[in-house]
Amino acid sequence: LVHKANIMKITDGLFMQVAKRVSKDYPELEHNNMIIDNCCMQLVSNPWQFDVMILTNLYGTIVTNLICGLIGGPGVISGANIGPRYALFEPGTRNTGTALVGMNKANPCAMLNASADLLSHLKLDYHAGLIRDSVDKTVNVDKIHTEDLGGQATSIDVVQNVLNHIKAAAK
Amino acid sequence: MAGNLMKPLTGLAKHASAAASLQAVTTRSVSLTAANIPMARYGGRHTVTMMPGDGIGPEMMSYVKEVYKHAGAPVDFETVTLDPSTDNYDDLYNAIASVKRNGCGIKGNIETKMNRPDIKSRNVEMRNELDLFVNLIHCKSQPGIKTRHEDIDIVVMRQNTEGEYAMLEHESVDGVVESLKIITEASTERLCRHAFEWARANGRKKVTLVHKANIMKITDGLFMQVAKRVSADYPELEHNNMIIDNCCMQLVSNPWQFDVMILTNLYGTIVTNLICGLIGGPGVISGANIGPRYAVFEPGTRNTGTSLVGMNKANPCAMLNASADLLNHLKLDYHADLVRDAVFKTVNVDKVHTEDLGGQATSIDVVQNVLNHIKQATK
Repeated sequence: LVHKANIMKITDGLFMQVAKRVSKDYPELEHNNMIIDNCCMQLVSNPWQFDVMILTNLYGTIVTNLICGLIGGPGVISGANIGPRYALFEPGTRNTGTALVGMNKANPCAMLNASADLLSHLKLDYHAGLIRDSVDKTVNVDKIHTEDLGGQATSIDVVQNVLNHIKAAAK
Repeated sequence: MAGNLMKPLTGLAKHASAAASLQAVTTRSVSLTAANIPMARYGGRHTVTMMPGDGIGPEMMSYVKEVYKHAGAPVDFETVTLDPSTDNYDDLYNAIASVKRNGCGIKGNIETKMNRPDIKSRNVEMRNELDLFVNLIHCKSQPGIKTRHEDIDIVVMRQNTEGEYAMLEHESVDGVVESLKIITEASTERLCRHAFEWARANGRKKVTLVHKANIMKITDGLFMQVAKRVSADYPELEHNNMIIDNCCMQLVSNPWQFDVMILTNLYGTIVTNLICGLIGGPGVISGANIGPRYAVFEPGTRNTGTSLVGMNKANPCAMLNASADLLNHLKLDYHADLVRDAVFKTVNVDKVHTEDLGGQATSIDVVQNVLNHIKQATK
């Protein structure tokens, strides 16, 4: 749990207390907390100490963007907005990408991964697996990288590669 | 005593050439003028408030005293202890009165007990009382510390008295808590003026403002607008702004695009710790809390270091660099350079690294090395 309860004692203090209370119901899971500024420092020097993180809205966006910056992934990671009745899927770092409109340069993987998450949510796991594997192979095996990943490929190149993998797998 | 006064004049000449090649870091405050600063200076010796704080603070302060003694700095310390276990604010007000009397101070971090919401953070109270409205942290890559990013040189100007640290919280309904974030035009304006003036005086090119005005439209929007207005008076400096989350992502992938950064209190602590993590420097970088009348110096990332107390493992460089900043503030530049160069050489040339930098040295090893350099330079 990430907080700033030494300053925002009541607000983040409540956040922290509730998490402590809930963690007691899950004794097999280790639970600890960390102050947000120390957390950012730890993330850039030793990110492997973190597994699952609980954060408030603002700290969440900061840490998400930080980690996506570390893994090179603002164009790859997807995010899910989940509620008791509904769910919305979108790219993880929620960028509008206004600078890339119409230039065929934006990385489509984040949105494609989000679409795979959507399929999992609809319990269409076969199709979700198809898409997710294709995107995974495109980025990690074939290494078709758009500009944000340091490559020269266009958005269409990436999508074409994903489609090829799907065709191969669905034969 | 007379011997001590003569030394600076002869030392300066030989030192000027050495300083240029070492590129040591200096922090200059531009908002303090001679008329404003109360100077506790009698018989050529300054009196400075020393607040050891908790954790490793007291150990660090003893090193500062050692170093000052060897460097021959004409500074006497008035030590004020703050007991973290008391309920009242008497210690705190003693410390504040002392800083007001002396004009400046050096402090360690005072631990905030998180379980007591009625006791305000003493560090925050002190900054508010002394009106130390800007926290200046010069994050510079140390050539002797191996990191993924090299040659980072970012100056963080962090709002130090308001913003998210206003500590105005209340529970209006059971289980629903509100916290007020305060941004005032006056405080923002003087922060921005300080930042732009400093950038101009120190040959900087670009000032970036970090905000979340797409969500906090009025609060961060005001922050952003004031900076835009102030930037118009400094046409030679490039000014831009960036949203905090994108800023963090940019910092880990391309930190060289940043030069001077203006941030609110909370964003400031996040970004400072982030950059210090990138440059390996929580144990090396110092920070200055500057106000219109007073200045207090401390390690940049304000760590209490409770887990390292008494183990002789903590890195003393941050506190020693803070003490060098203090000497600059007192216009004892010769002594400041002595201390800063000695620390620089220890970290980057001799590479005497404590555990946080991946080495095996003890705190005492580092201090000894610093003292050796000072003795060499003052022979």
